[in-house]
Amino acid sequence: MTTVDYVLRLGDDALVTAQRFGAWYAAGPEMEEDVALANIALDQLGAARLLLTYAGELEGAGRDEDALAYQRDAAAFRNCRLVEQPEPDFGVVIAKLLLLSAFQLPLYDALAGAGDERLAAIAGKARKESAYHLDHSTLWTLRLGDGTGESHRRMQGAIDALWPYTGGLFVGDGGPVSLTELRAPWSSTVEGVLARATLAVPETVAEPTGERKHLVELLAEMQELHRAHPGARW
Amino acid sequence: MTAREAVATVVDPELRVVTIAELGILRDVETDDRGHVTVTITPTYTGCPAMDVIRADIGAALRAAGHADHDVRTVFAPAWSTDWISPDGRAKLEAAGIAPPGPSKPVTLAIAVRCTHCGSPDTEQLSRFGSTACKALWRCRACAEPFDAIKAY
Repeated sequence: MTTVDYVLRLGDDALVTAQRFGAWYAAGPEMEEDVALANIALDQLGAARLLLTYAGELEGAGRDEDALAYQRDAAAFRNCRLVEQPEPDFGVVIAKLLLLSAFQLPLYDALAGAGDERLAAIAGKARKESAYHLDHSTLWTLRLGDGTGESHRRMQGAIDALWPYTGGLFVGDGGPVSLTELRAPWSSTVEGVLARATLAVPETVAEPTGERKHLVELLAEMQELHRAHPGARW
Repeated sequence: MTAREAVATVVDPELRVVTIAELGILRDVETDDRGHVTVTITPTYTGCPAMDVIRADIGAALRAAGHADHDVRTVFAPAWSTDWISPDGRAKLEAAGIAPPGPSKPVTLAIAVRCTHCGSPDTEQLSRFGSTACKALWRCRACAEPFDAIKAY
């Protein structure tokens, strides 16, 4: 039996990522990347909507995707801390997409063949999109990591900044695929890309804890309109 | 006009040269004993923003054909693939300057994307993402013209 928290975790990962990447539209280093990040944000939003709708049905309290996205406080969000981290430059965006898609691809691959039919249908679509995201972030990681001295330095800095939050990807049970077991395929993918990109794999450290200031700020912006005008629609 | 014929005329709002039937996103049209029509569609990409417009256009086409009593269901499995674009659909996309996709399954040899202007296989990808979720931007090295291509998916 799949739990509400498990589906929320996956849906909130996708929703928070969509909100972060959507902010890069018209702010990327070139027009093609504006388009790419907007498309990737849209893919994440598409998965988030399906997952939050399903979570609401499992919960059985009458909450739909909008209620779950716009009317929960930060404390009720189940996403891993990696996705809510700020993105001060494009290198951090690419590093985050690499670390996330190397997790989402084996996750969706496994869910597509696992026991929950609803998750299998969602994952069957999302896996193809994740494969494209992983390709895209791999190409950029190679280009920036094995590029100029400056691009190498900033790409390594981006990986180092996000690395402490990667442990949180693998925390979560209550669904047909144990997130803990995704660490091995994830490590193999990520370490392979980093090696080809001449980047060092950072030391694993304990994930920072404490107040989730970045998530609170992100939600304040995302939920502002809905909180000011409950039920507002286009 | 039968319900199926009416729905089959609906064009994709972002790829306006092909119908939703040719694109492979129209899965089923069923009419029960009491005349209620159930239309089943599937999205290309999970976040495809055209889905709401497609639902509205299906409703309008059914009402115009006298099938007011209907609903539109969305399913996700089996997942849409570019292999579902019909031969007619492929030809229409190409004629409109949008290169149709190659096979979605991995193939040993890379299949060239042909230029929709001059037919040359000597082309290069400019951007892996394009103006809609399902397209990438390419350029022809022979005639130097850019063109859209549907991503194999």
